[in-house]
Amino acid sequence: MGVAVSISEVVKTFGSVRALDGVSLEIGEGEFFGLLGPNGAGKTTLISCLAGLVRPDHGRLSVMGCDVRNDYREARRALGVVPQELVFDPFFSVRETLRIQSGYFGIRNNDDWIDEILANLDLTTKAHVNMRRLSGGMKRRVLVAQALVHKPPVIVLDEPTAGVDVELRQGLWQFVQRLNREGHTVILTTHYLEEAETLCGRIAMLKNGRVVALDTTPNLLARFAGHALHLRLDNEDCLPAVLRASATNANGYWIFPLAACDEIESLLASVRQAGCTIRDLRLTQADLEDVFVGVMHGANAKALA
Amino acid sequence: MIGFQTLLYKEVLRFWKVGFQTVAAPVLSALLYLLIFSHVLDARVEVNNVRYAAFLIPGLVMMALMQNAFANSSSSLIQSKVMGSVVFILLPPLSYIEFFLAYMVAAMTRGLMVGFGVLAVTSWFAPLTFVAPGWILAFAIIGGGIMGSLGIIAGIWADKFDQLAGFQNFLIMPLTMLSGVFYSIHSLPMFWQKLSHFNPVFYMIDGFRYGFFGVSDVAPMTSFAVVGATFGVVALTTLAMLRSGYKLRY
Repeated sequence: MGVAVSISEVVKTFGSVRALDGVSLEIGEGEFFGLLGPNGAGKTTLISCLAGLVRPDHGRLSVMGCDVRNDYREARRALGVVPQELVFDPFFSVRETLRIQSGYFGIRNNDDWIDEILANLDLTTKAHVNMRRLSGGMKRRVLVAQALVHKPPVIVLDEPTAGVDVELRQGLWQFVQRLNREGHTVILTTHYLEEAETLCGRIAMLKNGRVVALDTTPNLLARFAGHALHLRLDNEDCLPAVLRASATNANGYWIFPLAACDEIESLLASVRQAGCTIRDLRLTQADLEDVFVGVMHGANAKALA
Repeated sequence: MIGFQTLLYKEVLRFWKVGFQTVAAPVLSALLYLLIFSHVLDARVEVNNVRYAAFLIPGLVMMALMQNAFANSSSSLIQSKVMGSVVFILLPPLSYIEFFLAYMVAAMTRGLMVGFGVLAVTSWFAPLTFVAPGWILAFAIIGGGIMGSLGIIAGIWADKFDQLAGFQNFLIMPLTMLSGVFYSIHSLPMFWQKLSHFNPVFYMIDGFRYGFFGVSDVAPMTSFAVVGATFGVVALTTLAMLRSGYKLRY
């Protein structure tokens, strides 16, 4: 697998704010890669550096082996970016917008591919409608279409489903997953962690302009939390201090984190030995949200940095 | 090359779609200027043995041409910056030279269309001659180019519409109105005559007018040299701004 995107020691400062503080990443061809982090973590700045919208103070970035500064034409041809802001040119229809965008990338007579994108994004009936007359969701679809007109090998989606209804989200992900299966590298930033968990094979988490976690999604999930056993007891006070120390109490449940499922039996035995009666029991699996919260609060961050 | 052609096409299509506002309206404004000024002054004033209405027409044509060339590139850029759609031209592999040429030629195109419209409408009101059409065309094209480039500078520099309005009202308008559109500078007191020679727009109007009547305040070659040098300075400044990514790429 070749390298689709290479980011090396990238630093970017805006005034006194260090938006990117030595970010290094490599994303392989054909990956579905997630870029997560709270607001202000540096995700959009990093994407903007990759797209040439922001010039880093230090470091190098390349797309499909092309340096984004020195070989910007090839780097930009290889990249399709769906911007976070819902922007549009109010003078043109959807088809005009896509034809013009194709032309910027040096492509004439692109209607066959434009028709295919329109069909996949359920925009065919809106092809001749002026951009001003589209709903927010429809405008978002056109932004995705604009990023795809030149069939870029690397597609960057910067929070593409923010404020978008469920139907479009599902349709959009089906289309993007298909593109990924066909070999396109996809980089996704999103606030919907369940989306990242479902879609991304590998995830980087950014905080204060630094990569604080970088691993495959299953490894991140396994490394951070594993499972948890939730117990509601007949009498909460019956739990001995040694067991209380390893648990947290929330909403009437004692929550015991488990590294592996085979710890359940010994835990239940200890609870029975203490003379506690179990009224309710639930086994939960950690999700990306737990990992995210853990990383952002510094838990285990040092080990992964 | 396709990128440049597309950006040029998009910029022309943009103003053409609102042609009533971008082409027809300035033609009407120029016509009103002519009707009012010629009604008041035509019978009383002659400039260089030319009737005042006829003298005024080339000035109005050039003024409308320049103001609309400036308005085209500046308004397009400020709108796309404020609305965020400028990202659509920053993401593709367009060079800063293609960017510059597309915006400048589109501005020039609108300026020439408006100028031609003003000429077509106003020429019914006074007898015009075309002594040196080459000079007319040369000054029209280069004047449109200068103002189109200045429009790019203003559109990139301004962060808000009122800043652009300031650029237009406090720089472009005075330079244009005090350039000899409505008068020959020989009718001015010596101080203002001398000051007018520092206004490059004066040379654009004077040279353009020479193409119609064969008379001017300054020799057309001198005017062309000044206008050409002005174009060189403005174009190089614009290119340097675009190359550096000033206020476009952070």
